[in-house]
Amino acid sequence: MMSVDTKWTFDEKYVKEYSQRRGEPEWLTEERLLAVRLAEKLELPKPEKTNIKTWNFTSFKHDVTGDYGELKREELPEEVRVLLDRASEGENILVLRDGKLVYRSISERLKEQGVLFVDIETAAKEHGDLLKQYFMSHAVDVDENKLTAHHVALMNGGVFVYVPKNVEMEEPLQTIYWQEDPEAAIFNHVTVVAEDNSQVTYLENYVSFSEQDAVANIISEVYAKPGANISYGGVDHFEKGMTTSVIRRGYAEKDATIKWALGQMNEGNTLSDNTTILKGDGANADAKAVSVGRGKQSQNFLTHIVHHGKHTDGQILTHAVMKDEASSIFNGVSKIEKGATKSNGEQTERVLMLSERARGDANPILLIDEDDVTAGHAASVGQIDPMQMFYLMSRGISEKEAERLIIHGFLAPVVDQLPLQAVRERLTEVIERKVQ
Amino acid sequence: MATPTLKIENLHVEVEGTEIIKDFNLEIKGGEIHAIMGPNGTGKSTLASAIMGHPKYTVTQGKVLLDGENILDMDVDERAKAGLFLGMQYPSEISGVTNSDFLRSAINTKRGEGNEISLMKFIRKMDEKMEQLEMDPSFAQRYLNEGFSGGEKKRNEILQLLMLEPKFAILDEIDSGLDIDALKVVANGVNSMRNPEFGCLIITHYQRLLNYITPDQVHVIMQGRIVKSGGAELAERLENEGYDWIKEELGIENEKVGEQEQEA
Repeated sequence: MMSVDTKWTFDEKYVKEYSQRRGEPEWLTEERLLAVRLAEKLELPKPEKTNIKTWNFTSFKHDVTGDYGELKREELPEEVRVLLDRASEGENILVLRDGKLVYRSISERLKEQGVLFVDIETAAKEHGDLLKQYFMSHAVDVDENKLTAHHVALMNGGVFVYVPKNVEMEEPLQTIYWQEDPEAAIFNHVTVVAEDNSQVTYLENYVSFSEQDAVANIISEVYAKPGANISYGGVDHFEKGMTTSVIRRGYAEKDATIKWALGQMNEGNTLSDNTTILKGDGANADAKAVSVGRGKQSQNFLTHIVHHGKHTDGQILTHAVMKDEASSIFNGVSKIEKGATKSNGEQTERVLMLSERARGDANPILLIDEDDVTAGHAASVGQIDPMQMFYLMSRGISEKEAERLIIHGFLAPVVDQLPLQAVRERLTEVIERKVQ
Repeated sequence: MATPTLKIENLHVEVEGTEIIKDFNLEIKGGEIHAIMGPNGTGKSTLASAIMGHPKYTVTQGKVLLDGENILDMDVDERAKAGLFLGMQYPSEISGVTNSDFLRSAINTKRGEGNEISLMKFIRKMDEKMEQLEMDPSFAQRYLNEGFSGGEKKRNEILQLLMLEPKFAILDEIDSGLDIDALKVVANGVNSMRNPEFGCLIITHYQRLLNYITPDQVHVIMQGRIVKSGGAELAERLENEGYDWIKEELGIENEKVGEQEQEA
């Protein structure tokens, strides 16, 4: 293993200067200062069954300076352009390179509807008071652990989405976060707020092209107000050297719905937390994720739904393919709190093993403190069914193609959920490359 | 095109160390439909699966020649590409793969790169064959066999047969679990394939399918080999009189395979 520089060279002075250089409001500078102080004291998180102590969380280049300016669509690298559908009037796209906004295509309709869809740097400057209400509030706390503190101290990119009351966005909001400098840290912060009875689809792509060591420390906080409906799609595909910590948390109020569809295709070590808090009565969460582990990567995925409100419904579906010597832990947790009567929590975790040396643990966990609820879980770890292979091959399909079809079919429940054709196709390609 | 032939010579098949098929011989030519009948446990399904290359079955001796080429030397997919089709008794369910994508993939594999069927042509053909089999058009977009009833699965097997147009089809108990209407539809499907370039081996427990598909030859299998052959009238006699008269005629006490040794 490469030597890991465990020195943490970021102090209050550095953080203050960085914040001021970005023209951030005072409250954000203060948050960062608090965070940098906390970072020293707090411990790394302790994910169930994965040892992350040797992972690189500190060796990276934080501030990749240089003003790139805006790029034209055709100036975006090929690997980024393939994620975009053909240009259309309704499209809403933000592309960030190493945290900086470099491409923007926003529809007239979005502006008319009063929807905010801006990079986090602009949001802090121009919509600071609004951002302040949600930034690191109900969904994630700065002092959860060392990594949440690191994140706030050094946040260097991200997006703020604000959908006013009763606005129903038809076209998805698409973001692409791409690492260009091979050592650049991606400390990306996404805040999505959907006011009462509004509806929005947000889709993000994370990409990097270098195998050099770097760190991605990502937090998304997603707030669905009463009756709001948020679909959140994500496709992560960082290269091997990137150590990733990604927290995606949702907070759903009365009768609100948050749906996740995550394609977790990172090539490096990854710690992922996807939690939805069903705060209000009648709130719903649907958390779907697929991943493919290969090489020697180690990953830990927590999918967590917490039921507070009555009549809440939480669905967890995780499908994963493991090959080579990769190791992944899939913890699904349905937590039903006392008083969350008539709630329903269900989960399914399925892992397909393509190698005997790979490790895949599926752990469905039901934590129920209320009697008047329904809950269920299913988990399996297994190999490709030889009967399915025989069936497909008996129709002339080659062994390789049969395996490909079965794996695609296995991951389809999530891939099919993603809203944009280009992203679905790209994810399919990534899956293909990872499993072949 | 020359008339295709499928020739099974001195075939022996084992399952987990027990010999199930013993010195099995049969020749089918294009244009012919043969039926293999026999009580349960006599090796009918083993024969079908082994010829296709099912991983559970081991061929210990013999050949299966398709137009002179021994298909037992081939992988399962190569056997299919050579022109063999097996309509299965228990088709697998494949989640996430639509019927239509699967079939197009199978057709194109057979046709080879650069010679793929056009999407329009494919859709038209699939629509036509589904209508012929009285299948709801929605089945094209459903995942392969997933959640299909027994009868729907059987229809889907015949749909694949009609779409893939093999030289030889082995239909393994394609009639089981079908009501009379479905049976007629399936039989019509098979009959529509009848031509000098297509041969078929129907494996069945009951004679009723043969009321709708008239076989050229009927073979009775016991103890893993053919013990009696005849024309369509043989099937009728079996329906009326059962199998006991054959056992008596041939002095067979136990028609099942892999049991008589232990009992002796």
